[in-house]
Amino acid sequence: MTAAPDYAEKIPNNVDLRDDRRLQRALESWQPNFLRWWESMGPALPTRDVYLRTAVNVGRAGWAHFAHVPMRDYRWGIFLAERDPDRRIGFGEHKGEPAWQQVPGEYRADLRRLLVIQGDTEPASVEQQRNLGATAPSLYDLRNLFQVNVEEGRHLWAMVYLLHAHFGREGREEAEQLLLRNSGSAESPRILGAFNEETPDWLSFFMFTYFTDRDGKYQLGTLKESAFDPLSRTCEFMLKEEAHHMMVGTTGVDRVVERTAQLMVEHDTDDAGPCGAVPLAVIQKYLNFHYSVSLDLFGGETSTNVANYYTAGLKGRWAEDRRPDDHRLTDDPMDVDALVDGRPGQIEVPALTGLNTDLRRQYIADCQTGVNRWNKILADAGLPHRLRLPHVAFNRRVGAFAAVNVSPDGELLDDAEWQRRRGGWLPTEVDKTHVRSLMRPVHERGRIAAWLAPPRSGINGKPFDYEYVHLT
Amino acid sequence: MADTTEPGSALVDFRVSPDRYRHWRLTVDGPIATLAMDVDEQAGLAPGYRLKLNSYDLGVDIELYDAVQRLRFCHPEVRVVVLTSARDRVFCAGANIGMLATASHSQKVNFCKFTNETRNGIEDATACSGQVYLAAVNGTASGGGYELALACEHIMLVDDRSSTVALPELPLLGVLPGTGGLTRITDKRHVRRDLADSFATRAEGIGGERAVAWRLVDEVVPRDRWAQTVRARAAELAERSARPAGATGITLPELAKSRSGDALGYRYVRAGIDRRRGLAEITVAGPADDPPAGLAELHARGAELWTLAMTRELDDLILDLRTNEPEVGTWVLRTAGSAERVLGYDDLLARNSGDWLAAEIIHYLKRTLKRLDVTSRSILALIEPGSCFAGSLLELALAADRSYQLAGVFTEIDPAAVPAAITVGPMNLGPLPMANGLTRLGTRFLGDDKALAAARDAAGQPLTGADAARLGLVTVAPDDLDWDDEVRIMLEERAGFSPDALTGLEANYRFAGPETMETKIFGRLTAWQNWIFTRPNASGPDGALRRYGTGLRPRFDRKRV
Repeated sequence: MTAAPDYAEKIPNNVDLRDDRRLQRALESWQPNFLRWWESMGPALPTRDVYLRTAVNVGRAGWAHFAHVPMRDYRWGIFLAERDPDRRIGFGEHKGEPAWQQVPGEYRADLRRLLVIQGDTEPASVEQQRNLGATAPSLYDLRNLFQVNVEEGRHLWAMVYLLHAHFGREGREEAEQLLLRNSGSAESPRILGAFNEETPDWLSFFMFTYFTDRDGKYQLGTLKESAFDPLSRTCEFMLKEEAHHMMVGTTGVDRVVERTAQLMVEHDTDDAGPCGAVPLAVIQKYLNFHYSVSLDLFGGETSTNVANYYTAGLKGRWAEDRRPDDHRLTDDPMDVDALVDGRPGQIEVPALTGLNTDLRRQYIADCQTGVNRWNKILADAGLPHRLRLPHVAFNRRVGAFAAVNVSPDGELLDDAEWQRRRGGWLPTEVDKTHVRSLMRPVHERGRIAAWLAPPRSGINGKPFDYEYVHLT
Repeated sequence: MADTTEPGSALVDFRVSPDRYRHWRLTVDGPIATLAMDVDEQAGLAPGYRLKLNSYDLGVDIELYDAVQRLRFCHPEVRVVVLTSARDRVFCAGANIGMLATASHSQKVNFCKFTNETRNGIEDATACSGQVYLAAVNGTASGGGYELALACEHIMLVDDRSSTVALPELPLLGVLPGTGGLTRITDKRHVRRDLADSFATRAEGIGGERAVAWRLVDEVVPRDRWAQTVRARAAELAERSARPAGATGITLPELAKSRSGDALGYRYVRAGIDRRRGLAEITVAGPADDPPAGLAELHARGAELWTLAMTRELDDLILDLRTNEPEVGTWVLRTAGSAERVLGYDDLLARNSGDWLAAEIIHYLKRTLKRLDVTSRSILALIEPGSCFAGSLLELALAADRSYQLAGVFTEIDPAAVPAAITVGPMNLGPLPMANGLTRLGTRFLGDDKALAAARDAAGQPLTGADAARLGLVTVAPDDLDWDDEVRIMLEERAGFSPDALTGLEANYRFAGPETMETKIFGRLTAWQNWIFTRPNASGPDGALRRYGTGLRPRFDRKRV
């Protein structure tokens, strides 16, 4: 295979791609398909180049290499965190045994399924966000969008690498399928519901990166605990990049709230809509929507699949090593959310089957820190208004609460009542139309849309008015 | 029976010869052989029970199997085998109850499987070799004893007003007759179902003219005319046999076999056991030399002839692993050698199938492959460069639950090797049918005549992985980059599944197509029997099998399931 050196150059990696014939062969057919997918489903706005961060190795200096790059020449790399040769399995029935360097045949199907589900979300968000470039509020935000996009692309690569390297022929077939399912497609949609919702505007984008990407962070966190060491190391490195997406979401919503608060104070009004911003009530509705849809991503309150994954050592808990228990959970109980006499309540179940709930709770606590942060912005502006997370049972389509209508306060509603009041809690067509009306592109260097405050700092020490993107 | 689950316990050896029989007397008088059961009460295979009343355990049946085999290969002059008892007033009381009550479930199942195979072998000798079995039931034949008679072509029962034939398993032991009795009563002897029901629920059985009227036996004979009538009947049956006159048998010397710890070795067959992974890696070597030029040399080589030697070794290995290694749940089959030579031997046998010895060898290979088919292990064939899955040995891959053929060669080991290939030959197209009466190819492509024709049309050509996979002759053909991982993952995945569920899955998939008496015995009868064996009503502390002989009545859970 004469193309080998070429691959190692094109694809920064720390997996010995140069000498791995099997991997080269797998990538040989996959990589062109990936580029075709990127061309047709990736960012639609034409650009000359973008100031992007590229990982060229996993070291302190290598993981964040900044330069202007034409996007189609972006070097999607394959990186695993450094291997700890002494790593031991931290939970489940194999606890204490050396971590697996190969997929045990017994767990092949389960592990492949986990990788495919995780992998499927990565390109999905690129597809959901492909038209956002046309309405970017600044070059800085445009650049962040593209950075998120290329990193989702790289995360797809990371999952594909594992499928190629460890799952043989079936792994290659699954990797192909990841490019053939498309977000929102009627024939072959993405696997998880939230990844088939459109991201039509930048408020949705910031909410998505805050809430939905945060689900990804927690999923990766559980996979980082996996007994299958290559998966663990892959996820560890991905989490580093995921942190950037979190930053885009967190500061994005910060800046929306900041600008709205500013105009509310300036104009002494509760409704910043007429002043050219997103009204606080609409921010709350978007928050309600994205938060509740993201809660669904954690699955049912109880799950025997997840219990099996845990016992087998495939998928752990968030911060597994900081949990003060036996890491086997065979006899432990826990309370999970449930309908009790038709109302949201809790029931006790074996802890193993409640792990989805455990992870969702970790996530909810994390989401609350964002809300606190936005409320501080409101408080600092001298406003009495506050944002908040709706009740866990609000607007759910998955799990115990899918069958009931619950208000953001946790009040049980009949269908008619829900229909009558839902417009007050979830974005209406009027809200969406208003938000869309604000989405006018600002592609001039140093300028920003009126509905959004500028960031406190630029990227990699560059100022806000740096030319982050060269448009064609 | 030896407890085979504990390491270091005594292993069961299936190699035996007439000079060492403890339980049978084999005499040959021209065209008529007499196989007389004379079970040594004290010589059970395991301690804890006595083989009273000509009851049998695995050790008794191993000798019976040996006798049936030797009669075919060493005594071509024998046209009739009189199966009788050396005891007065008792023919055979069937499987020993004490043995069944103490045996583990897997031991019972394995025992029943082997005894069934031997009885099928008796019918095969009658049907295929003109070596007709005559049951001279000179005393009561009960349970497995009557089932042994049922495997014979003609059943004579002494009419002494006390001897009967009986299937008392259900009323006495709360289990079924497990050696084909229920199947042969209806499907072979055409006993009406309501009479069969009455028969199998009365412990004392039926004798005299009623046994004839119900078709349970072919004739009853008074004691004073017994010996002469048996002789006369044997002579008549001998007349009808197509067995050749003036043929000389071959000898079957004891198989040279080494067995140490985790390695079993014969001349052409060897197996390595990986206990951690629960698998046996079995390699069958092709012929070491060219086939004999003709019939005379084939006879001269006798037991040394590759096909026969290899088959005997494979037969012994299957029996050994099945009995002694119950936790080795996966068998990986490989072959090594020259495909041309395998096909050469096949061709020699096929061309001479009118010769009694050539025919016996083919039938023996047929029976051994059937043994593989009913083996409750996952069987996986790996087809690599240097292998010889052709003709008769291709049957091993066709018998496997899955087969993996390397596409090409191992480029890092031997890039110049000849790519792995399989070859369809005449042996795959008729002479080696499965229990369902179809060839393994016919079963594989059941209902797909086009695929079957395509496989037949490809006969004689070495087929590489891609071709074989396209023709559906192998499951998958990974290349050398994928090979190790695909095979490892497949084996590990297999080892992770429930052994019981795998056994059930495999047994269902292996026998697509028509039912025969054999498939009913191994499928329907055995499955029911094995279910009943594990139920508390049979094997619980108050179950019928455990309570038998204690004077206590069994207590049944009355729920119908």
